Amino acid sequence: MLEIKCPFCGKRSQNEFAYGGDATVKRPALGQEVSTKDWDDFVYFRDNPRGKHSELWHHISGCRQWFKVSRDTATHEIFKTVRLEEEL
Amino acid sequence: MSQSYRTKNINSFLNKSKIINFKFNGESYLGYEGDTLASALIANGIHLVGRSFKYHRPRGFLGVGVEEPNAMVQLHEGDRSEPNIIATEVELVEGLIANSQNCWPSVKFDIGEVNNLLNRFFPAGFYYKTFMWPKSFWMKIYEPIIRRAAGMGVASLTPDPDRYEHNYEHCDVLVVGSGPSGLASALAAANNGAKVILAEDKAHFGGSLLTDEVMINNRPGTEWAEETIKHLKSLPNVILKNRSQVFGYYDHNMTVMFERVSDHIENPSKYAPRQRLHYIRAGEVIISTGSIERPLSFGNNDRPGIFLASAANEYMKIYETLVGKNPIIFTNNDTAYLSAIEFKKNNISPLVLDIRDSSSGDLVKEAQSLGIEVRFSSGVANTKGHLKVNKATIGKLNSSKDSFIDLEEINCDCICMSGGWTPTVHLSSQSGNKLKFDKNIDAFVPDKKKQKETTVGSANGSFTLKQSLEEGFQAGFDLSNLITLKNIKTEVPVSKESKTETHEKIWCMPLPDGENPKRFIDFQNDVAVSDVELAVREGFKSIEHIKRYTTLGMAGDQGKTSNLNGLQQVSNIQKKIVPEVGHTTFRPPYTPVTIGTIVGREVGNHFQPTRKTPTHKWHEENNAVYTNAGLWLRPRYYPRGNESMFEAVNREALNVRKNVGICDVTSLGKIDIKGPDSAELLNRVYTNAWMKLPIGKARYGVMLREDGMVFDDGTTTRLSENHFHMTTTTAQAANVLAHLEYYLQVVWPELKVNVVSSTEQFSGAAVAGPKSRDLMKKLFPNIDFSTENFPFMGVKDAEIVGVKAKIYRISFSGELAYEVNVDSNYGLFMWSEIIKAGEEFGIQPYGTEALATLRIEMGHVSGPELDGRAVPYDIGLHGMVSQKKDFIGKRSLEKLAYNDPERQTLVGLVPVDKKTKIPEGSHLVEDDKVKLPNPKLGHVSSSCWSVEYNNPFSIAVLKDGKNKIGKKLFAVAPLKNISILVEVVPPHYVDPKGERVRA
Ligand SMILES: [Zn+2]
Repeated sequence: MLEIKCPFCGKRSQNEFAYGGDATVKRPALGQEVSTKDWDDFVYFRDNPRGKHSELWHHISGCRQWFKVSRDTATHEIFKTVRLEEEL
Repeated sequence: MSQSYRTKNINSFLNKSKIINFKFNGESYLGYEGDTLASALIANGIHLVGRSFKYHRPRGFLGVGVEEPNAMVQLHEGDRSEPNIIATEVELVEGLIANSQNCWPSVKFDIGEVNNLLNRFFPAGFYYKTFMWPKSFWMKIYEPIIRRAAGMGVASLTPDPDRYEHNYEHCDVLVVGSGPSGLASALAAANNGAKVILAEDKAHFGGSLLTDEVMINNRPGTEWAEETIKHLKSLPNVILKNRSQVFGYYDHNMTVMFERVSDHIENPSKYAPRQRLHYIRAGEVIISTGSIERPLSFGNNDRPGIFLASAANEYMKIYETLVGKNPIIFTNNDTAYLSAIEFKKNNISPLVLDIRDSSSGDLVKEAQSLGIEVRFSSGVANTKGHLKVNKATIGKLNSSKDSFIDLEEINCDCICMSGGWTPTVHLSSQSGNKLKFDKNIDAFVPDKKKQKETTVGSANGSFTLKQSLEEGFQAGFDLSNLITLKNIKTEVPVSKESKTETHEKIWCMPLPDGENPKRFIDFQNDVAVSDVELAVREGFKSIEHIKRYTTLGMAGDQGKTSNLNGLQQVSNIQKKIVPEVGHTTFRPPYTPVTIGTIVGREVGNHFQPTRKTPTHKWHEENNAVYTNAGLWLRPRYYPRGNESMFEAVNREALNVRKNVGICDVTSLGKIDIKGPDSAELLNRVYTNAWMKLPIGKARYGVMLREDGMVFDDGTTTRLSENHFHMTTTTAQAANVLAHLEYYLQVVWPELKVNVVSSTEQFSGAAVAGPKSRDLMKKLFPNIDFSTENFPFMGVKDAEIVGVKAKIYRISFSGELAYEVNVDSNYGLFMWSEIIKAGEEFGIQPYGTEALATLRIEMGHVSGPELDGRAVPYDIGLHGMVSQKKDFIGKRSLEKLAYNDPERQTLVGLVPVDKKTKIPEGSHLVEDDKVKLPNPKLGHVSSSCWSVEYNNPFSIAVLKDGKNKIGKKLFAVAPLKNISILVEVVPPHYVDPKGERVRA
């Protein structure tokens, strides 16, 4: 079980959090023309890197804030956790 | 022969004033407080414990603790009956009942023993080879036979009456194992101000200090251990846990330990659990798990009475028990001489056979000076004795030690063997540590760490006391200082121990000429030298493959005594060195853990929380039958007298259609939405328009996922300009909240909106039926309920006998209906007031079944239709999709497949015979007689008995459904052998124009 540092609450066990996927994905802006390829990339396609990965987590049994985590997908090492508006 | 195998010497560990009665295989025996089941049985001369897994060979004890591979018993009887318990780990307690397992009809006469006589038919890979063909034989013939023959113990079929607990701990330094290096680590870390947990598997702290003859600070090692433990106990920053096994090491220094809290207590406290599982998140973990002695392989080395030498020593020193009175000590190193000396101290003269040509170690010299006969360059070739060893064939080895020069048969009643020591690296391996081979000790030791762990003492291959203490004190100080920064060092005590000489690198004896007895490596899995040879001969090269083919080192044992001997054997055959062969992966749990401990309190009603609405008491008093809606308990129906469910549901639904009904809708998800951009948020998450919703009005909305699939639906009300009250389905309440939070925080942080769940804050009652308006007028005399003043989708503030309420004119049943919400504290009060006032209108409560009937008749979609596979068009919601604005998931609706003109859509179904109910999940097909696969046109999502028309009615999604109205199809459920001729009708079966809700 991972230990994740919520930027608002501090270190907590993984079972308080929900995983939220790749943090670098940007939703296309509303009301704009989006090509089918770009839209499908946004909805369906994700990289699955071995190693460093920027991802979103939700402190669902805590402060209910979403935040960003830099984690190694192979070793589970967590390098950094930051608020959404901060850079990883 | 009651306890005739007790030592003359006494110690402080057994309490002989407390005699304990216990039963083994139906016979009564006596033991003492402080005994284990193993030591008490051995003290009574009982060595035959069970039968081996594959060959059903008689087996006894090999070890004295967790390393024991053979002596598994069925413990207790009835609902506490437990299989596969290691007898060396069971502390004796009054009235204990244990039985042999894996034998039939008895341990002394076992029919499966023919497997042993036929053992040439049970070689490595036997199961793979024999049972490959034909496939159909597996289920019917092979598997039952294997299960019967290879069965281990039997699990109880009744619920476990004991209680188990989970506990979470955090500490700076966790020390696993309380031998010299563990005590040193804990002491150094604790003195330096760290919060320390010291875990010890056994009942007594001290590890090898309790059995080795060493001096620390000029006093016996046992005294230093005692003093150190006393000191640690006095410190507020130390938790000491005996009878506690750390069995798993997971990510981010999460370790898991199980504690045997009450097993050893005759009358345990009612309030104490039987066992406890501790999740320990440690800053640093010091692994001081010690080492396990290696067995030697020789002919028939698995007979009862053949022990590890260290086990024999510990039985004498801790348990005052003799494993025999005519022992042979067989060794390739010095440490076994400790046992020889201990036997001699009990006036028993052992014969020592040493594979080496000589040794001048301190212990060897001491043994010789005590008059113990030592024969060098010698070994055991074979043994005899059906149910217990009684003879050994021994002899001198030739100079290359690959054959015996002369052999003789001598009497003995036990053989105590030692092949040196294997560091217990399971935990560091589990932590991700790569192991390296240390050729000085011929074993693997931890190498490069991945997590914050450090291995010390003999677990690290440091076999001298001096090294162990130094490493322990160093690690305890260094690691605690990273955390406490206090720089308080503890002085390393002066130690004195025997000097030892190196071992001989031989662990397997040659076969006696002309004989081919089995030489076992893995006792638990019945793997012998010949099995490993066969596997290699058949082309298995990788150690991981050999492990699986032979079953070497698998299962509960995890290769504690067999791992290195197996690797050594493979490397001998492959003419490689052991590190080139590599090693298999150690996996948790290190020792078997009871299922009860893993589950903890999460059994029965505690498996998950049960959520009850404020009105629950009323439902209870009115005979409600419940259904689980997520965690909620919702009334399903309220039977009266002898009513069946069918009758009750029809009565309740019909009463809503004719009079008025009341339904508890508290469990619906509610979300309070506030902020200047609230309307904008709704406009983005719902498919329809929200900007112009007037204050005091509700609107129905549908949400999609980004992939275009319908996610949830519900009504949302504008309470004021910047304040909305959203409702969700019961099932999706939590997901919708997380969805809104995601978009507000991650995607559109510029929106000024706050969302919070208010599900628990309000209690809701739906009042539905043609007479609902009259009832509402009576309840709220100050409100004008005319449609002009209070139309469908209108909202009003009100008071019900002084309690603030909100009335929403919304309807799920399709009838004229109102929903009343009050503060949850008044939920029961409101409900009772409505029931009281409704009596004259014939009010009846209705449950989820009648609710389903009502909405299905009206063609309203719900959970079964919103199954995550439907775009709005599929389920008749395309009218809800705005063409003018963008929203979540809209772009996906442009996909070609979602605009296929033949795409499935929502329809109604009526059986042509108007009688046969259509099972939900049935497939719709053109012809029920064609050859399979029969093309599927759609499926039945929801079924009910229409109370309006008094015949079955279902809704379904059907390919090109809107052009199939009036057509006849078959609804088939092949598993149930059901085929029903149905007619396709519009989904809105009752009140298709929706006049009633607007009445
Ligand atoms: Zn938090």
